[in-house]
Amino acid sequence: MSFEDRAVLRSFSCGFPRGKISVILGGSGSGKTTILRLIGGLVHPQRGRILVAGEDISTLTETQMYGVRHKLGMMFQGGALLDSLTIFDNLAFPLREHTTLSEADIAAEVHRQLDAVGLEDVDDLLPGQLSGGMVKRAALARAIIRQPEILLVDEPFSGLDPISVKRIEALLDSINQQLHITMLVSSHHIPSTLRMADHVVLLFDAQAFAGTPAELQHHLDPHVAGFFNEEKDTTFTFESPKSGIRVASQAVTVE
Amino acid sequence: MSRSPARDLVVGLFVLVGLLAITYLSMTVGGLSLRRSGGLALFANFDELGGLKPRAEVVISGVKVGQVESIVLDKDYRARVNLNVDGTLELPIDTSASIVTAGLLGDRYVSLQLGGDDKLLKSGDQISITESAVVLERLIGKLIHSTDVNDDGDKTKAE
Amino acid sequence: MTFIRELGWAAQNFVFHLGRITVFGAQILRAVVTPPPRIRPFINEMFNLGVLSLVIICVSGLAVGMVLGLQGHNTLVRFGAERSLGAVVGLSLIRELGPVLTALLATGRAGSATTAEIGTMVATEQLDGLRMMSINPIHLVVTPKTLAMIAVMPLLSALFIVCGLAGGYFVGVVLMGLDGGVYVSSLENAVDYYDDVFGSLLKAVVFGVLIGLISTYRGYTCKPTSAGVSAATTSTVVVGSVTVLIFDYFITALWGV
Repeated sequence: MSFEDRAVLRSFSCGFPRGKISVILGGSGSGKTTILRLIGGLVHPQRGRILVAGEDISTLTETQMYGVRHKLGMMFQGGALLDSLTIFDNLAFPLREHTTLSEADIAAEVHRQLDAVGLEDVDDLLPGQLSGGMVKRAALARAIIRQPEILLVDEPFSGLDPISVKRIEALLDSINQQLHITMLVSSHHIPSTLRMADHVVLLFDAQAFAGTPAELQHHLDPHVAGFFNEEKDTTFTFESPKSGIRVASQAVTVE
Repeated sequence: MSRSPARDLVVGLFVLVGLLAITYLSMTVGGLSLRRSGGLALFANFDELGGLKPRAEVVISGVKVGQVESIVLDKDYRARVNLNVDGTLELPIDTSASIVTAGLLGDRYVSLQLGGDDKLLKSGDQISITESAVVLERLIGKLIHSTDVNDDGDKTKAE
Repeated sequence: MTFIRELGWAAQNFVFHLGRITVFGAQILRAVVTPPPRIRPFINEMFNLGVLSLVIICVSGLAVGMVLGLQGHNTLVRFGAERSLGAVVGLSLIRELGPVLTALLATGRAGSATTAEIGTMVATEQLDGLRMMSINPIHLVVTPKTLAMIAVMPLLSALFIVCGLAGGYFVGVVLMGLDGGVYVSSLENAVDYYDDVFGSLLKAVVFGVLIGLISTYRGYTCKPTSAGVSAATTSTVVVGSVTVLIFDYFITALWGV
């Protein structure tokens, strides 16, 4: 899979178990979001197949994809809520479009989801008026309001403080437990991955390594294992040849 | 969906005002008239149109009463001008039609002069008495020719 | 040599975009006939593109009309033909200045706003969000904006012209002492619906289609960064304006307006 002249994923193959939380782990630019977008049909691979719930979607037209997406939900990194609509209207939107529920039923469902993600009194607010964490929770509520089989989550923890990270992690966990939705989460946050993932796909050097968190932590390849054990190893040096900036663990020294 | 009756009202007003502007331009300024049927259809043959065009005015005593519908060449190679005038008019069958100019260098139009007969023109009738357009070049040519004849005939007059 | 290569690249680029925008236009047409009808977004866009442009259109129309009145009067007076001021102002406005200037102003105000709005939606993944909810963004966002632009242009153009006629009247009659009746009758006698007004409205509609297509296309295909949105917005104004002027020539030549 390449974008213009950047090959993002080469000879890539992996599977995601049904009903489990899978985390796609990797650094920036490694292709995590690309995998989610491939599964959502937002991009098409140059070669290969993508099977979603047994159906190959790599050759479907956009109109056919709309049918497939009834089974999918996606929570975007920035929320991707419609910024001209209130939170209530944002959540109600997919229901008004695709169901014939009455306004009363829709309101009940919207409030139910908002409660589930812990948001109160946000009905009439615009997305721009919410904090980052609240936007993500609203986006999550919108993604599951149509009760999808598969939930795609793009970098849910980016830009959040540790408390919000734990909150979102708990939400994702409980959604998986209660609704048995298959979840594909892209992330570069290791601690939460170790805690919540049933299955991990690590993207490193345009290759994929799959397994449970425990398996990967003790992987034969030292780079792979090292990825997981970075928490313990605090010496991490980055040297910029031109300006002489050295980053060592928490300290930044300029020489 | 956030409904806003105030916004709908404003949009409606905007559309209304815009349509009024279009109507004003089309009808008052542009002279579009909606009364197309119900007129009196007449025709007249002319030797010379002098630049008369379709949709030119048809006038009685200076007042517009209709317009030229179309102009075709008939089998005698004369110009047949089809007119449509106000259906309420009572025009005698010896009414005449002439092609005149508005001002010195203006557009051509058709002027009708009423006759005196008791019988009236009906839709589809021909106006038989016609006066073709006066073309300025021909007039000047005539003038030059008449002076030439005088020169040949009587040399003393030219001096 | 590189100049020729640049030229070739530019030509190839132009044809490429021409093809893409045609496909884009076809998608919009298909969305028009697909239910559900997006009435509320359409009305919102009529407000954004039409009502919000009223001030600039009417003020500009008035100003242009006044300038025409002034210039026209100054020139006609030399030939003793100031009685024809109404005709001069009216014909200039109706045939050319009304539709063309309205289109240029609309491209700058409404067109760039549309491009920026759609471009921002692309950059913040809102359009992808719609796709993932099985909603066609062309159907929901692009089509109402395009249709509103087409509907709004003849209305704005007519208002521009009327304000211009008023401006000319003000200068000619109030300031220069022309007889009001002479101005109006000169205007009404010179302007013909079929030759002048109809062509003017036709131009306005065609320009509306052009601006609508270009502004939405540029927003829809822009690079999803803030620099990308900015470049797309600028492109809309530039490409839109030039396209309007070029089409103006062809319509005038073919229609005889």
